[in-house]
Amino acid sequence: MSDYSISIRQFGVHAILVEWPPKVEESILDDILLFSKHLKQNCLDQSAWEIVPSYNSITLIHRKSPIAFSELRTDITKWYAEDFTSESRERFLWRLPVCYDLEFGIDLPEVAERLKMSIGEVIELHTASRYTVYGIGFLPGFMYLGGLPSKLEIPRRKEPRLKVQKGAVGLAGKQTGIYPQESPGGWNIIGNCSVAMFNPGNEDPCFVNVGDKVQFYAIEKAEYDLHKIEGEVGIYKLEKIKLDA
Amino acid sequence: MLRLLKSGFFTSIQDEGRFGYLDKGVPVSGFMDSFSATKINLLLENEPNAALMEMTMTGPTIEFEAPTYICLGGAEISVTLNNNPIQHYKIHKVEAGDILSYGRLKKGFRNYLAVKDGFKTDSILMSRSQYFPVTIKNCLSDRAEVPYDGVSIFEPKISEIKVDSFLDETILEVSKGPEFEQLHDKQLERLFAGEFNVAKENNRMAYQLADTIEGHQLTMLTSATLPGTVQLTPSGRLIILMKDGQTTGGYPRILQLSDKAISVLAQKKFGDAIAFKLLRA
Repeated sequence: MSDYSISIRQFGVHAILVEWPPKVEESILDDILLFSKHLKQNCLDQSAWEIVPSYNSITLIHRKSPIAFSELRTDITKWYAEDFTSESRERFLWRLPVCYDLEFGIDLPEVAERLKMSIGEVIELHTASRYTVYGIGFLPGFMYLGGLPSKLEIPRRKEPRLKVQKGAVGLAGKQTGIYPQESPGGWNIIGNCSVAMFNPGNEDPCFVNVGDKVQFYAIEKAEYDLHKIEGEVGIYKLEKIKLDA
Repeated sequence: MLRLLKSGFFTSIQDEGRFGYLDKGVPVSGFMDSFSATKINLLLENEPNAALMEMTMTGPTIEFEAPTYICLGGAEISVTLNNNPIQHYKIHKVEAGDILSYGRLKKGFRNYLAVKDGFKTDSILMSRSQYFPVTIKNCLSDRAEVPYDGVSIFEPKISEIKVDSFLDETILEVSKGPEFEQLHDKQLERLFAGEFNVAKENNRMAYQLADTIEGHQLTMLTSATLPGTVQLTPSGRLIILMKDGQTTGGYPRILQLSDKAISVLAQKKFGDAIAFKLLRA
């Protein structure tokens, strides 16, 4: 039994939006994910519904038919009152390699200068934190990460770039993240992750799930190149650690 | 197999869409104008999910390499089969070597070509819909080859249908989006008073509107978006997400288009006028 007050609203004819208090908090995310699991396992027909969790909300989308909103609202209220918080969690910590060479970290010198620290200190701070995945969206495999040290907060670039490289690791405001594909972008680029975040050839195209954690570690250019080759051949092994033992 | 001798402005393979990966940021994709697409699949007695070719603005020139039956629908555009004009929403038999040629667009923006049993391109993540980076490319290029199973004999139950065209429709039926209640009177007034023109930024991901309403300083946490979600940017611009649209967003979701309205909008091009009509809840 959870004690958050949730709001349930219709979102078009196919979807329903369930919202928790509008805060970026691990305990809220935890409640959302446990409830999503409860919905998937015990309440909703998985072949008919999509569940999209993000920060303080989940959106339930029926793939084909219009939904019966008031009945569903009653059901969701009932399901939320059930005891689901004892369900087991299955979260992982992913250790992701990032090459911070200036070849990739094109904005690193400027970032260091504006944050009044050395490049080494920026890298040290960036790799010291464990970030929480609060959502996946915007682009396939793009993670919304929370938990950036406040010392690394820096506004996005005044002029967005038309082209940011695939794998680019950026800083913007309270956020850090990886561009899963080449795209336009306004974040300050400090490195490049050698692991592809989106692989359409895999059954699960993005190995990370909302609720997982991510920690970056610095690698040299030679190691980066090796990972890239291993990734292409399909023998690169990601480091993941099971949380919630 | 058929070959595109010329691909047209933006031609892609689409089916009903890609389901099951929204939580990994993969949009649904699929037919932009599903009302028209569904009709021609039905006429050919295809599965509802059979893959079609979606043409935008200008269509291709196609050479068929095996016999089949075809049907066209959606935007009004003059099309010839071996130089003879052919009708939309009517089944036509084609033989190996036949040439289908798209001409001038008269009305609407997206046309559909169905073949008997659908196109058989590779299905990736459970769908044939082209969308980069799931598929290698997001559209077909010149000389592209598209597979289908040759069919020599098919006796359709109905060989043609009359369709109530909605290509002249300018009204988009909408319901309230999750952040609708945060709009103030002045914004609401403009939203439902008169027309908006489609901006040049319009594609399978989103349609932006050229006319703005009063902006805002509302903030919200990133949350799910759907095809047909109308977002309001701080500067007052309206962005209507479409089938390849992002799965989450941080702009207030003020309106939600009905399924029919998504099809209506999919037939609009730069400069066309639309207006919103709020459906009663």
